[in-house]
Amino acid sequence: MIRFQQLQFRYPHSAFQLNIPQLEVREAEKVAVVGPSGCGKTTLLNLISGILVPDQGTLISCDVDLNQLNDSQRRNYRISKIGFVFQEFELIDYLNVRENILLPYYINQALKLDQSVEARARDLAASMQIDQYLAGRIDQISQGERQRVAICRALLPQPQILLADEPTGNLDPANKRLIRDLLLEHATRTNATLIMVTHDDRLLDQFDRTIDIEQFHEVVSKS
Amino acid sequence: MSGIFRLTIRYLLYNRLKSITLVLCVSLAILLPVLLQFGVTQFEQDLMARAHATPLVAGMKGSRFDLALQSMYFSQADLETTSMQEVETIQETGYALPIPLAVRFTAQQAPIAGTTLDYFEFRKLEVADGTSLQRLGDCVVGANVADRLQLKPGDRLMSDPLNVFDLSGNYPLKMRVAGVLAQAFSPDDDAVFVDLKTEWIISGIGHGHQSIDAETDKDLVLQQQGQSTVANAAVPQFNEVTEENLASFHFHGDIESFPVTSMILVPHDPKSEVLLLGMYDTKESAIQLIRPVEIVNELLQLVFRIKQLFDANTLLVSISVGLLLALVFILSLRLRQRERQTMFQLGCSRSTIWKLQLTELCFILAASLVIVAVLTLVLRVYIHQLMRMWFI
Repeated sequence: MIRFQQLQFRYPHSAFQLNIPQLEVREAEKVAVVGPSGCGKTTLLNLISGILVPDQGTLISCDVDLNQLNDSQRRNYRISKIGFVFQEFELIDYLNVRENILLPYYINQALKLDQSVEARARDLAASMQIDQYLAGRIDQISQGERQRVAICRALLPQPQILLADEPTGNLDPANKRLIRDLLLEHATRTNATLIMVTHDDRLLDQFDRTIDIEQFHEVVSKS
Repeated sequence: MSGIFRLTIRYLLYNRLKSITLVLCVSLAILLPVLLQFGVTQFEQDLMARAHATPLVAGMKGSRFDLALQSMYFSQADLETTSMQEVETIQETGYALPIPLAVRFTAQQAPIAGTTLDYFEFRKLEVADGTSLQRLGDCVVGANVADRLQLKPGDRLMSDPLNVFDLSGNYPLKMRVAGVLAQAFSPDDDAVFVDLKTEWIISGIGHGHQSIDAETDKDLVLQQQGQSTVANAAVPQFNEVTEENLASFHFHGDIESFPVTSMILVPHDPKSEVLLLGMYDTKESAIQLIRPVEIVNELLQLVFRIKQLFDANTLLVSISVGLLLALVFILSLRLRQRERQTMFQLGCSRSTIWKLQLTELCFILAASLVIVAVLTLVLRVYIHQLMRMWFI
C-alpha cells in the first residue's frame, strides 16, 4: 500500500507546489493518474519511487516511511520495489534488446544476474512478442516494440510497484491500447500495484481508479 | 563480465569512430615525447659509442664536424684531401698508428671507404662470408649493404660515377666482392671497404690498359721517348681488375702525394696522444687533430637545445590533447545526461554512474598506452637503424 499524508513538496526556486493531504493506493491496485501538463504527475511518481523527498508530511510505501530513509536506503527501496516505464522509453542505444532488458542487473550490484534471470528475461520478451529481436539493435525495432522492451526492463526485477510515466504518449492508438493492456495484464499476473500517468481519457476504462492530480497542485508565491 | 565493463565496451564499440579518434589522439600525445626521448637517447648513445671508439682523427683544417662525422660515419662531406705524406709523418713519430681513410665515392649509394687492413683490426670487424681484401679491385661489403644489394663473395659491385656527363672524369670500377662483414651494428655495416689503391683507381690516379706496341699501335701513341711511351685517350682502359689484367694496373706519380680524406689515429699511450695534439696545435699546420668525443659532445649540446624546443612543443600538444579530452568528456556527459538520469531512476548509484564514465576514460587511456607500448617496443628494435637512416 502507498499512503500520502499531509505531504508537501516544492522544487527549489519554483512556484510549483504539490500538496497531498490524504491519498492511498492499495496493494495491487491499478490506478491512472491524469491532469494537465506541469501539474505534478511525474513529481508524484518520483516521490513514490524515492527519487524526490517530500518537504513535509508522510509517504509510506510497502510499509516503509520513505522520509526516514537515507539516499542509499531509498536507492535500495527503488531497486527492490519499483519498476519504471517512461514516455520516451529511455532505452540505451548502444545495447541490444536483451541487454536493455537486463540493464538493471548490470548497473545494480544488489541485483544478481544469473541463469534464472536470463530465462525470465527471455520469457518476458516472449510474452511481449519481442523475443525474436533479443539480439537486435534498438534502432531496428518499432516504437511500440521499444516500449515493450522498456516494460520488460521494468518488470524483470519483479517490482511490487510499477510506475509508468505516460508510456503511451509516443504511440499510435492501437499500440497505446496494447501497451496499456500489457501493463495491466503483467501487473495483475504479478500482483503488482500499477500507477500509470496518461493524458488519454480513452485508456482509463480498464483501471480500478483514476486520480486527477490537479486537485493537489498549487502555484505559490516564490517568496 | 562485470556490468560496468560490459556497458563500457558496448559504448566504446558502438561509438567506435569517436573511440578510435580519441585513442589515436592520446597515443600520439604520449608517443611524441616518448619517441623524442628515445630518439635523443639512442642518438646520444650511438654517437658517443662511436666517438669513444675513435680516439683521434686528423684531416685538413676546415669543418671539424664534417671531419669527425665522415671519419666515423662515412658521411658524404666534401673534405679537402690531405696526402699519404701526412700518414707517413705520423707513422714516423711513433706516437700513434695512423689508419688512412679515403671516402669520396659510392657504390649503389653505399659509401666506399678506402683504407688499410689496420682498419678492420681496429674496429674488430670480422668477415662472415668469404675473405678479406686479397688484391687490387677487391671490396669487402658491410652486412647491411650485402643484405640490401643481395651480394655474396664472388659477385661484382660497380662504383657510382661522380658525374655521368664528365667523359674525362673517373670511370666506374667493377669491384669483386671478396667478403661480407659480420653485422657490427655500426656505420661499418653500411659501407663498402676497399684498399686505398683500389680507391685511387676509382678516382683515376691509377689505371690498367692494354699494352701498346709503338710499332703496331701508332695511332694510339702520342710520344715515344726511349723506353717511355705516351699514349692518347683512345687506349681502352680496363674497368675491372682481373687476374689477367692485374699486372697492367699502375699509378702515375709519387704515392706520398696520393690523397686521403682523413686518418684515424690510435695513440700508443696517453702521453703520445698529448704530444700528437701538441704537434698539430699550431697556426702554421694545415692539418687539424680532433678528439671525436669533444666534437660529438658539442653536437649533442646543440641537439639537446633543439630538444628543449621540442619538449616545450610536446608540453603544449599534451595540454591541448588534455583539454580536448576534457571537452569530449564534458560533451559526452552532457549528451548522456538522460541516460544517467534513467540509470539513476532504475536504481543505479551515482558512484556507479561516475565509475562507468571513468571506466570509459580508463579504457581510452589503457588502449592508448597499449598502442604506445607496442610502438615503443617496435621502436626499440629499429631505433638504431632509424636514427642512422634519418640523422647520420
